[in-house]
Amino acid sequence: MKPRHKRLLLILAGLAALGLAAALVLQAFQKNLVFFFTPTQILAGEAPHNRSFRMGGMVVKDSLVRQADGVTMNFMVTDTAQAIKVSYKGMLPDLFKEGKGVVAQGKLDQNNLFVADEVLAKHDENYMPPEAAYAMKKAKEAKEGKPAAASTPVTPVEPINNTTKSAQ
Amino acid sequence: MIPELGNLCLMLAFALAVVQGVLPIAGSFNGNRRWMALARPTAAGQLFFIVLAFGALVYSFVANDFSVAYVEANSNSTLPVYYRVAATWGGHEGSLLLWVLMLTGWMFAVAMFSRQLPQETVARVLGIMGLIGVGLMSFMLFTSNPFDRLLPGALDGHDLNPLLQDFGMIIHPPLLYMGYVGFSVAFSFALAALMGGQLDAAWARWSRPWTLMAWMFLTLGIFVGSFWAYYELGWGGWWFWDAVENASFMPWLVGTALIHSLAVTEKRGSFKNWTVLLAIIAFSLSLLGTFLVRSGVLTSVHAFATDPRRGLFILVFLAIVIGGALTLYAWRAPQVGLGGRFSLFSRETLLLINNVLLLVCAGTVLLGTMYPLFLDALGMGKISVGPPYFEAVFIPLMLPVLFLMAPGLFMRWKETSVKQIALRLKWVALASLLTGAAVAFALSTSVMAAVGLILALWIVLATASHLAQRLGHFAAGTSLRNRVASLPLSYWGMLTAHLGISIFVIGVTLVKGLEISNDVSMHLGDTTSIGGYVVQLTDMQRVKGPNYMAAQGTFVVTKAGQTIAVLKPEKRVFTVQQMPMTDAAIDRGFTRDLYISLGDAVSDNAWAVRVQCKPFVSWIWAGCIIIALGGLLAASDRRYRMALKKNRKVVARSVSPTPITVAE
Repeated sequence: MKPRHKRLLLILAGLAALGLAAALVLQAFQKNLVFFFTPTQILAGEAPHNRSFRMGGMVVKDSLVRQADGVTMNFMVTDTAQAIKVSYKGMLPDLFKEGKGVVAQGKLDQNNLFVADEVLAKHDENYMPPEAAYAMKKAKEAKEGKPAAASTPVTPVEPINNTTKSAQ
Repeated sequence: MIPELGNLCLMLAFALAVVQGVLPIAGSFNGNRRWMALARPTAAGQLFFIVLAFGALVYSFVANDFSVAYVEANSNSTLPVYYRVAATWGGHEGSLLLWVLMLTGWMFAVAMFSRQLPQETVARVLGIMGLIGVGLMSFMLFTSNPFDRLLPGALDGHDLNPLLQDFGMIIHPPLLYMGYVGFSVAFSFALAALMGGQLDAAWARWSRPWTLMAWMFLTLGIFVGSFWAYYELGWGGWWFWDAVENASFMPWLVGTALIHSLAVTEKRGSFKNWTVLLAIIAFSLSLLGTFLVRSGVLTSVHAFATDPRRGLFILVFLAIVIGGALTLYAWRAPQVGLGGRFSLFSRETLLLINNVLLLVCAGTVLLGTMYPLFLDALGMGKISVGPPYFEAVFIPLMLPVLFLMAPGLFMRWKETSVKQIALRLKWVALASLLTGAAVAFALSTSVMAAVGLILALWIVLATASHLAQRLGHFAAGTSLRNRVASLPLSYWGMLTAHLGISIFVIGVTLVKGLEISNDVSMHLGDTTSIGGYVVQLTDMQRVKGPNYMAAQGTFVVTKAGQTIAVLKPEKRVFTVQQMPMTDAAIDRGFTRDLYISLGDAVSDNAWAVRVQCKPFVSWIWAGCIIIALGGLLAASDRRYRMALKKNRKVVARSVSPTPITVAE
């Protein structure tokens, strides 16, 4: 085989690998991109019903109810304008607290009950998950009649990077 | 007083770095030997002052000087003294200082162990490292000085985040940073070579041991982080594809590609441009990783808003380092020239494929990590990319890498007959296929797990077969001991690291395929069963730790009536931050871990409990340690030390054809 052919073959193989990788990435991306919706958006019907997404806000005080099986928890999450009921089976993260920020990932059922398979909180008592802060800010802006600017920076109190995860 | 002295030392080190970054490099171009000779003493001086500065910060922590803002934010007088020391790198400012300490350490090592390098090279390498130091130290001095005072001083500190109060905190960041910063040596060597236009086998030989050491530290650092997350986060996961983890994994992937590419450059003189590019990318990703994790960019792009100067500085610094390096690369690389030619079926080709796949992997991880940040920064909505994405992309890309590890061993440089390889690997293929499938069937795992097992066996058997072949090559009558001793350490390192990979793959495959997890609510005396074990909650106590209160459960694990273990998981509440934390109890074993974590009280006498059985999880850790050991062995090869002792004439010789069976 001539060197020119060899190089061509190598380049083709490289391109094929890149193409394959690109295809994998795009496919995986499309399948696994998780979008975020605020409780207001969910109640407005913007969130999908058959696809996993994230929602977040503040856990409503005194809304946490342990179900009869002892391991399923129900609680309300609010962005101060609207609230959504969330159900989660499993261990809640250590920093999960009523009145604190939370982000949950899961699916919405027909009765607008959010069935979470993952609940996230952050490892610091003052820290508000950015998504939760964002949801509340948006609701506040809507109340005050300001346009909800998606790009408005949210200032978390004290960012700490470790995410505590609690997944089933 | 001490913090001010620390600050002064930091400034002096900064001044030395400026000198080191300018004069020696300038001298290497105009032939001024005095300027070039400044490279070594300024390196030693920087190490001296940074050690003092670091010591001053550690002292402030140990002495509970809460008038230092950084100490106040990360420590507390009730914190045990070893955690107070570790708290030095518990936050952004201190970890930057640790980073600079590592940098000056590596720099000093280069200054010490480069006696035989041409003076121009030493001047350039150290000069570039000095410039990196200038960037990092000015970042500290201008935006994140750990010695800033708090006025008025606080009575007591905020405490170290309870999650960080662990042995892992003491060793994980230093190891990881040793790895990150270690790549700066390969980076500086690459840039120095580009400046001089001399990229030859000698250059690759100088870079290799440094790169291997950095890679080994990075491997250990990532391993300790994962191991730590496994027992500390309390829920039994060991890798979350979390952005922070990805930030350390990307340089590892590129570093792995780099050590393989360096082998080709040293042995065959090929891939020069590619190797240089990889060295640049590996260090750029290390820098990116450092900043992503510690600046708060990761949890939210908006953390930039907390101190816009910081974010801007980071962006500018990254742009200068990466942009500058790539510009130099684009300018000089075409003059570097091509190395030895090779045919399509050769070790070079396989290593090239390995490199491309590893780089593509790093690219996909980068995409998944950065894309949400970009979208968020541009205000185009909030999305997240979770583990399913990474698994869907990473596993298919890694399968061919694993597969090629076996033929790669037997492939020769330049040209190999495929038929020969096929003949040699025929039995290995058959054996691994049958054994792997049989084991997978016996354990009734998924097809994916079977593939993982088969590939792991494929690597192990091929490695063993290659070793047997090499050992058989000696003259008859040579004792086994002599045979073993006369194979180069770099060869043993390669075998060891590859073996580690297969052990790691077995661990991951079986954990993923066979783990069981039960969430139950238990009263005192209740039992639950998992994977053939019976777990009984026998007692519940209040216990008091040095800086926390805890509820402690006692669980007795039995199998067929025999007591296997007594596990005592805790639910702790740390007094200063009032932060709850799950402290899991693990019964570790060769074939499985039993993992119990205690949740909240369900009622007055019942608790939520998560019981998990994790088969072969220890193999993951063992695999990582063995991989790192392989790196250490390879870096200790005599050849590199010999190369140092030889004089320049030998070092500058052109690439000689090496025996084709030598495997690196």
